[in-house]
Amino acid sequence: MRVNVSVNGEPMAADDVWEGESLLYVLRERLGLPGAKNACEQGECGSCTVYLDGTPVCACLVAAGQVEGRDVVTVEGLAPAGELDEVQRAFVEAGAVQCGFCTPGLIVQAHSLIESSPGVPDDAEIREALAGNLCRCTGYEKILDAVRLAAARKNGPAS
Amino acid sequence: MDFLRPLTWDEALALKAGRPDATPIQGGTDVMVEINLDKGRPAALLDLNPVTELTAWSQEGPVLRIGAGVTYARLIDELGSLLPGLAQASRTVGSPQIRNRGTVAGNLGAASPAGDSHPPLLATGAIVEAESVRGTRMIPITEFYAGVKRHTLEPDELIRAVRVPVATGPQYFSKIGTRNAMVIAVCSFAIALHPEERRVGTGIGSAAPTPRRAPVAEDFLASELDWEGHRPLDPETALRFGEMVAAAASPIDDVRGRADYRVHSLAVMARRTLGWAWNEYTGRRQA
Ligand SMILES: Cc1cc2nc3c(=O)[nH]c(=O)nc-3n(C[C@H](O)[C@H](O)[C@H](O)COP(=O)(O)OP(=O)(O)OC[C@H]3O[C@@H](n4cnc5c(N)ncnc54)[C@H](O)[C@@H]3O)c2cc1C
Ligand code: FES
Ligand code: FES
Repeated sequence: MRVNVSVNGEPMAADDVWEGESLLYVLRERLGLPGAKNACEQGECGSCTVYLDGTPVCACLVAAGQVEGRDVVTVEGLAPAGELDEVQRAFVEAGAVQCGFCTPGLIVQAHSLIESSPGVPDDAEIREALAGNLCRCTGYEKILDAVRLAAARKNGPAS
Repeated sequence: MDFLRPLTWDEALALKAGRPDATPIQGGTDVMVEINLDKGRPAALLDLNPVTELTAWSQEGPVLRIGAGVTYARLIDELGSLLPGLAQASRTVGSPQIRNRGTVAGNLGAASPAGDSHPPLLATGAIVEAESVRGTRMIPITEFYAGVKRHTLEPDELIRAVRVPVATGPQYFSKIGTRNAMVIAVCSFAIALHPEERRVGTGIGSAAPTPRRAPVAEDFLASELDWEGHRPLDPETALRFGEMVAAAASPIDDVRGRADYRVHSLAVMARRTLGWAWNEYTGRRQA
């Protein structure tokens, strides 16, 4: 089947999509967007997190046909080409990236947390927001640093 | 595999009547895991996302009618104060990404004994509104579960909504797992006090082939409590309540836990949730 979907603000069409295929497969294998990562395909790791109509979801658990006519934003779409979003910049500066496999999903999820927080979220809020994103390398401390840094820059200092 | 995309509820019912072998998909958080891991291929997927009728909820007198498309995230945000037990259980489901997609109707469709919405639905006496082209059926929650991962929907029926009475007293949910996030319950328990009827509701999860109530424990507690709210909870009553809840379970040993551990932890959860509920109840009465 054919799936029409807006990805990072651009209308796109994927052809020959198998009906049981996931949005993640469509993004990576049919639309040339390998940012969202495929690790578990069962919703456990969060490395495939993308925005669907503005809400972060696991792309591996969305059936391709379910995104017909909807809006998807992937990590590639958070900033204009060649630039970095504050969250991306903070991950680099804080040393929150090691192998990098978890990074795109964490960045989208952290982006959503920061967009919906009035100021700098506290540790409990950050941990809760990132509970579905696994990282096997960093031990999470630098990731928390990166989220606090990006939140402070985007939303002003903690109140 | 076919992909069916009804745009309205009537169209969804007509498609399901024509294709009783089609698997409905809402949040996909159960359906897609099965497909991705190749644990069986549905003949067709019936996508309910475009059916906007399903994403609404409404209050009809003392009952909330929650459309099958209302996600856990929305239920927590929008209905948390009206349905505290179900909201507490919803907060423990998966991760934010899972709660952004997953639904109570999907939890019912999957009918896993470990599903977190079942204990509060049992404790509050919820009703599953099932519909087909033949008409609507109101299925009391106790009659919904038919066995491990089996329910009593007919092949042409879809869940339209879940009807849950607005809380009139304290409600609590408790769940045992290996960490604080992303866990399937080892076992779980929900309590609801219904002061206007001087009745107690319970729900046990992951400790029998289906989620179930503990009716003996409910009757015992209803007769022991001081519904005027003057007396503190008798520790002996709480202990016996816990034992009776545990006695209602018939758990198995599996990878998540042993049967005897489940029985033990159910007794503890029942006692603790009762303590929280009673504190809230007497606090409210005195306020
Ligand atoms: C990483 C992860 C963590 C999870 N953690 C938990 C947890 O902590 N607790 C828990 O309880 N569950 C958990 N789950 C399981 C799942 O998220 C829940 O069961 C959820 O409620 C399913 O809802 P859904 O809308 O995604 O269902 P779907 O996957 O869309 O559907 C589930 C089932 O219900 C049927 N169905 C869906 N809608 C209807 C309808 N309207 N009428 C009839 N049948 C219908 C489907 O055909 C299917 O059989 C988890 C899943 C994942 C992937
Ligand atoms: S690949 Fe989607 S959650 Fe792991
Ligand atoms: S940096 Fe390697 S998994 Fe997170």
